Amino acid sequence: QVSAALREGGVSPTELCQRCLSLIKSTKFLNAYITVAEETALKQAEESEKRYRSGQPLGVLDGIPVAVKDNFNTAGIETTCASNMLKGYISPYNATVVQKLLDQGAVLLGKTNLDEFAMGSGSTDGVFGPVRNPWSYSRQYKEKSVSKSHSEDEESNWVITGGSSGGSAAAVSSFTCFAALGSDTGGSTRNPAAHCGVVGLKPTYGLISRHGLIPLVNSMDVPGILTRCVDDAAVVLGLLAGHDPKDSTTIQDDFKPFELPNLPDVSKLSIGIPKEYHAPALSSEILALWSKAADLFKNAGAKVTEVSLPHTCYSIVCYHVLCTAEVASNMARFDGLEYGHRSDMNKSTESMYAATRREGFNDVVRGRILSGNYFLLKQNYENYFIKAQKVRRLIANDFLKVFRSGIDILLTPTTLSDPVPYREFIKEDNRTRSAQDDILTQAVNLAGLPAINVPAALSERGLPIGLQFIGRSFQEKQLLTVAKWFEKQVKFPIIQLEEVQRHVQDVFQHQKSASFS
Amino acid sequence: MAAAVRGCGGVWRREWQCRVGGLSRRGQRTLGCNARGGAVPAGKSGLAPWVPVVGLEVHAQISSNSKLFSGSQVQFAAPPNSLVSFFDASLPGTLPVLNRRCVEAAVMTGLALNCSINKKSLFDRKHYFYADLPAGYQITQQRVPIAVNGTLSYSLYKDNKMSQMVTKTVRIKQIQLEQDSGKSLHDDTRSQTLVDLNRAGVGLMEVVMEPDMCCGEEAAAAVRELQLILQTLGSSQAVMAEGQLRVDANVSVHHRGEPYGVRTEVKNINSIRFLAKAVDYEIERQIEELENGGTILNETRAFDSKLGCTVPMRDKEGKQDYRFMPEPNLPPLILYDAKSLPANINHQQVVNIDWIHERLPDLPSVRRAKLVELYGILPEHSFTLVNEDGLTEFFENVVNQTQMKPKKVIGWILKDLLSYLKQHSLTVKESPVSSVLLADLLNLLEKKEISSTAAKQVLAELWKGEGKSPLEIVKEKKLELMQDQKELEQICQEVIDGQENEVMAIKAGNLKVLNKLIGLVQRKTQGRSNPVVVKQLLEKKLSL
Repeated sequence: QVSAALREGGVSPTELCQRCLSLIKSTKFLNAYITVAEETALKQAEESEKRYRSGQPLGVLDGIPVAVKDNFNTAGIETTCASNMLKGYISPYNATVVQKLLDQGAVLLGKTNLDEFAMGSGSTDGVFGPVRNPWSYSRQYKEKSVSKSHSEDEESNWVITGGSSGGSAAAVSSFTCFAALGSDTGGSTRNPAAHCGVVGLKPTYGLISRHGLIPLVNSMDVPGILTRCVDDAAVVLGLLAGHDPKDSTTIQDDFKPFELPNLPDVSKLSIGIPKEYHAPALSSEILALWSKAADLFKNAGAKVTEVSLPHTCYSIVCYHVLCTAEVASNMARFDGLEYGHRSDMNKSTESMYAATRREGFNDVVRGRILSGNYFLLKQNYENYFIKAQKVRRLIANDFLKVFRSGIDILLTPTTLSDPVPYREFIKEDNRTRSAQDDILTQAVNLAGLPAINVPAALSERGLPIGLQFIGRSFQEKQLLTVAKWFEKQVKFPIIQLEEVQRHVQDVFQHQKSASFS
Repeated sequence: MAAAVRGCGGVWRREWQCRVGGLSRRGQRTLGCNARGGAVPAGKSGLAPWVPVVGLEVHAQISSNSKLFSGSQVQFAAPPNSLVSFFDASLPGTLPVLNRRCVEAAVMTGLALNCSINKKSLFDRKHYFYADLPAGYQITQQRVPIAVNGTLSYSLYKDNKMSQMVTKTVRIKQIQLEQDSGKSLHDDTRSQTLVDLNRAGVGLMEVVMEPDMCCGEEAAAAVRELQLILQTLGSSQAVMAEGQLRVDANVSVHHRGEPYGVRTEVKNINSIRFLAKAVDYEIERQIEELENGGTILNETRAFDSKLGCTVPMRDKEGKQDYRFMPEPNLPPLILYDAKSLPANINHQQVVNIDWIHERLPDLPSVRRAKLVELYGILPEHSFTLVNEDGLTEFFENVVNQTQMKPKKVIGWILKDLLSYLKQHSLTVKESPVSSVLLADLLNLLEKKEISSTAAKQVLAELWKGEGKSPLEIVKEKKLELMQDQKELEQICQEVIDGQENEVMAIKAGNLKVLNKLIGLVQRKTQGRSNPVVVKQLLEKKLSL
């Protein structure tokens, strides 16, 4: 819709960019952005404006303000991974996905906050501090939480965004940008999307280039897309997907962008409800929402059946082994020699390495490196790494079997509960939290499948909860069609945020929702 | 010497390597293993004789325009860090993209070494921290390499005699594709290390040979043959001085009938001569160590070419666990043959083993056999021709431009040309005498316009490289054979008249003295007479 406004001249790219920038400033307390690229963004907006004036915009995305998680390389703009190791690091090149956005005329506002090297599920463990969930400051949450806890001041009640792409989710949720890139290794896009009430798409492994994404787990990482509606996600996906000669794991075939039907039909679909996702720790609220959603589909004529993914319970352990092993390997390059932090310790090369890595990485990263190296030791390799790979195969086969049996889409919760307050969240360490929070999302990464979080409702506390749809490999169109249908049914409420309402007078008021497609 | 790596002239340091009949310091270990593959008699222990075991790992830089996984150029001696892509410097977020040319070079090499080519091979990460390994791991093929189970045949002179050659075979365990590392330059005075990443990521083929050799000479001959094969294929330039071919030697010794001993690895040997020395030194060191009651450590050593010995490498102390892991950014490498090649596939996207096989050039062994058959030369001469870069072509050019028989030409090539080049440390290409000039000269000789003595004189002039043709030199120096029969007869008569004693000796039956008379005629004619004609004349005059 913004795109249409831009075309019709209702708003200019520069105006739009300025509004977003000032909104970023007034929502600075959210800590969603690590770097705001004001200057370059305005320059890009200016260029876009020229194109619109001459009637030659590059496409739907021309002039649209976007944000990118700070683990994607951006030429000329700092790329930190929220780590001391890369503080101040300016990459000489753009990640393929960033380049594609820029080639489409998108305006890059800045780089969003995350857990250090994307290792976490709260966006609380980066060197730039935790990201605050915009919903913490919404009227919907305030009304409910204040009434309940009079004793505690509002300040300590703010809730986490989830992670690790919490900055991107918060940025989209707080209207500071229209779309944001996240990354998804074990749920890092879908989890914060659920907590922040936005759409979070994890495409099939190999559909979008990872070139320029600083890896967590190469065999599971995919760039994720965060938007306010499913249609926007489909547009962004269409622009980013396809073969990249710089990433040998991308599909060879060309990807054909698609539009989603306006009135999607789900009556001929077969929806599977995997019983193993009924986790013991699942909140009753979410369970209720989940069955309500299943009923929605049933009532629309879809076939809804309970299915089994029997190896799901081994998934998180398997994920942990494979993840840490690759982390140990991927982090080996940060030795202080070619780039990034270098310690002053200069007794020997080895002592410099050790000090650099001690100073550069937080405990979470170091912990994962240590356990990963342990799993890769010759005497342990067979018992851990190889076993985990075998389990991974079993998990992937579980999904294959279910889809072969005729199921089109799986419907599951995305998270166990609504977002918890920060002070609650940090009572458990990162490892425990990750194990809990990734439980419903990481199996999809092990299998490489596409999945999407769609915001479904507000919890009793007035916070967003979302549901996850899992599709067949490379069947994004079907997945997004179902997601769009669901989105239309649930009519998820718009966040009522003082700052947003103050700043966004005309543009957003004219539109019912702040999507661009 | 030019030929197939000769073993040991002068390199043997101690007795065990000595030839038959050589005497040990202890008077016991007299047999070398060498070309006979024999064992070394035990020393005072009185046990079964020592058997040295040598296996090699050869790293050959692939000759390609760009690196194994990046687009940066490959070039020797470029300014430091001028050929480094983002990937080579391991910038975060970069990914490897396999270079097709490197795959083809490895397949070619595998086929030439009689390997079976794996249609599916895998890449792995091998982790260790080192300043010139920017990613903290090397991408290699540990689990399933591109080629396995081959053989390499090589020949060497038996007992260091030029006339007898033996052919041996070493099994090739595997050939794997992997990345080269950068170079660390240690500045000890300022105690700093500088890193040059130009070499980082250049494609290597690691050729792993089974421990089928038993001495430095065999190791050297095997590597020389491998070098020739690589150069013939063009899969590697294999210039050792430029580090394009580097050898690690695994050496152990044991008593015959007992299990293999603990092995040491002598790393990064960069000349064939040093390889032979390093291996022999190491064998001898181990035997001595064991005979003195010591033990051999499983360690990495380096060859010190100045001292001629191996020394432990300090920075490789301690056991490394390389924490191998599959490389997640590269799908399995799939190769096709004519049968498995899918229809409607873009040929640019696949590597077809059969296609490469059909286009393999003649390997050195085939070229040698062809030379022997075509020109009737001796097999050992064919070795020299093939082993010396450019010599075959030189020889063939001369043969094509003269009426002289190849069998005779080869003598001029090997005895005169090659020894001159060696003496002056010149390559064949740098020869001041071109094949055309040599052919002209040999034609004069063949047409009996000059004697062979004169021909040598002309050649000596030609080496000066003054741009004169052989004919000009002949004219200038008046070296033509005397065509005037009467004059020659007269000179013969003069010689006979002046040498009464000799003539009497000849007539008494001592025909050898005739040679002296021929020599005298030659001297009088300043080498311009044809000795065959002179001999006939003298015989006639002496009525023999």
